[in-house]
Amino acid sequence: MTVVQAPRRDAPPAVPPRPSFRQRLSKWDVKFSPYAYIAPFFVVFGLVGLFPLLYTAYVSLYDWEIGDDDPPFVGFENYVQLFGDGQFWNAVGNTLSIFVLSSGPQIVIAVLLAALLNTRLRGPTGWRIGILIPYAASLVAIGIIFANLFGNQYGLLNSILEMAGIDRIDWQAGTLSSHVAIAVMVNWRWTGYNALIVLAAMQAIPKEINEAAVVDGAGPVRRFFSVTLPLLRPTLIFVVITSTIGGLQIFTEPKLFDVGQGSNNGGSSNQFQTVTLYMYQQGFENFDLGYASAIAWVLFLLIVVIALVNFLITRRLAATEGGRR
Amino acid sequence: MTLAVRSGPRPKTAKVAKLGRPNFFVYATLAVFVLGSLFPFYWSFLVASRDSGMLTERVPPLLPGGNFFANAAEVFDSVAFWKSMGNSILVATSVTLTTVLFSSLAGFAFAKLRFRGRDPLFVFIVVTLAVPTQLGVIPLFIAMSELGWAGGLQAVIVPNLVTAFGVFWMRQYTVDAVPYELIEAARVDGCSMIRIFWHVCLPAVRPAAAVLAMFTFMTSWNDFLWPLIVLDAGNPTVQLALEQLQSGYYTNYSLVLAGTTLATIPILIVFLLLGRQIVAGIMQGAVKG
Repeated sequence: MTVVQAPRRDAPPAVPPRPSFRQRLSKWDVKFSPYAYIAPFFVVFGLVGLFPLLYTAYVSLYDWEIGDDDPPFVGFENYVQLFGDGQFWNAVGNTLSIFVLSSGPQIVIAVLLAALLNTRLRGPTGWRIGILIPYAASLVAIGIIFANLFGNQYGLLNSILEMAGIDRIDWQAGTLSSHVAIAVMVNWRWTGYNALIVLAAMQAIPKEINEAAVVDGAGPVRRFFSVTLPLLRPTLIFVVITSTIGGLQIFTEPKLFDVGQGSNNGGSSNQFQTVTLYMYQQGFENFDLGYASAIAWVLFLLIVVIALVNFLITRRLAATEGGRR
Repeated sequence: MTLAVRSGPRPKTAKVAKLGRPNFFVYATLAVFVLGSLFPFYWSFLVASRDSGMLTERVPPLLPGGNFFANAAEVFDSVAFWKSMGNSILVATSVTLTTVLFSSLAGFAFAKLRFRGRDPLFVFIVVTLAVPTQLGVIPLFIAMSELGWAGGLQAVIVPNLVTAFGVFWMRQYTVDAVPYELIEAARVDGCSMIRIFWHVCLPAVRPAAAVLAMFTFMTSWNDFLWPLIVLDAGNPTVQLALEQLQSGYYTNYSLVLAGTTLATIPILIVFLLLGRQIVAGIMQGAVKG
């Protein structure tokens, strides 16, 4: 038993029966220790989550250069400039394009893959691990490996195209081709992970529902669309929202995909520069923290809006026939 | 006589007819996916084990060569590889330890203790999951510079001491894993709260803590943007060292991919050893999430 020594301020007189020191201590313990246990999160979040978010807004109102002791206040000038900044809108377009090319196929394939994994396979764990392996890879390693695979001169993909008698594609140079290549990288890493999340939800669907559908004469395809998908709705929403938040912040892949290594341009004509990459370039290459903060805030709002839209769309799509909850 | 309710060990014919046994097509598709998952790793090792001349060949060879160790040695000469490994291990380990400890504590409080404001505070934590932490990097960088931490590993460790995801995860698990009766019994025996956490709660939530530890370790090990911003080139993590390798020696792909292979092998081994638990963890988290 822990014997607690604490300063004996106001030690109770021996007269009243019980509220002994130890009991009171134990009462305090019950009352206050929960706050002590949750405190680390709130302290850390306050310092590295909430404060930065607000401080980013503050910095974005200044012409704030790295190392500047007394940055001048410029109000909304950074934002005004941003809305007229072609490179920023180009980055927004690239981000959305890469996001659509990655999240769309990724979620569709993940659901199909989960359906395959949901059959009575031999060695189910082995297959699941196999599907999940890309998740273990480091983004940087993957970025480098895929940049190599998609290389213009020595890339394996172009060698294969050439062997098949098709013209090689300069993956990095084109807008669409570079977006496709980056989306492939993203999809390679995340499809298996999402498939497992969807699979988990599929396994939670009670067998009776499927069996009832079989009795009613529904074929596998019909069952998939009318039973499985609607019941997966909460999980699909979760997957769509997380991939929206992740996809719109994409940074590592486009940074490493650049032939001019170490560059933040996102290709010779910024054809695959994403918003986060542009923010990084403004903040840590051009040292314009004020402008970079404005980019960060606009990106944040963009994410919120798109996540909301996706939420509504997913809710609708998965609500076909007999959608519940 | 046993009651013929269900034949235990082999329910083959009956159920199979209904739900369909996976056919060849299913296995073939999955096999293609698994091979596709493995291929980039293999390719990276393939290039790493030859000299970069192979890439100019019209039909690339498909078997590894014998140059891997020579290339690896050159990696060690080019960047501070071992130092970066040490840094990454230090960062990932400390972040993992604190995240698991603080998340379990908070999860215990939210799941099992009654206190004023518990529910709103928990909802708040869940909401913060949606705030992309990446977007706070600028003020965080300014703060780190003010503190004089920029360039030091503590600048990478401290912001990641505990995560909203960790708290959420541990809370979800603790709700079911720790019976109130056990806590009450311990209280009656005169246990302090922290002892109850340590001796009653923590042993019961060990599986969830293990999964959280693996997730946290991998996330921390793979982090790139924030270390890139806050650390300097002389004191990198593994991911930064890889990036340096690529930007410095961009023509020599054998060297660069030898680096990525070296950095990937340890985590791949860990993954294959713990794959079963990781998969179970993802599936479990998904059901509850």
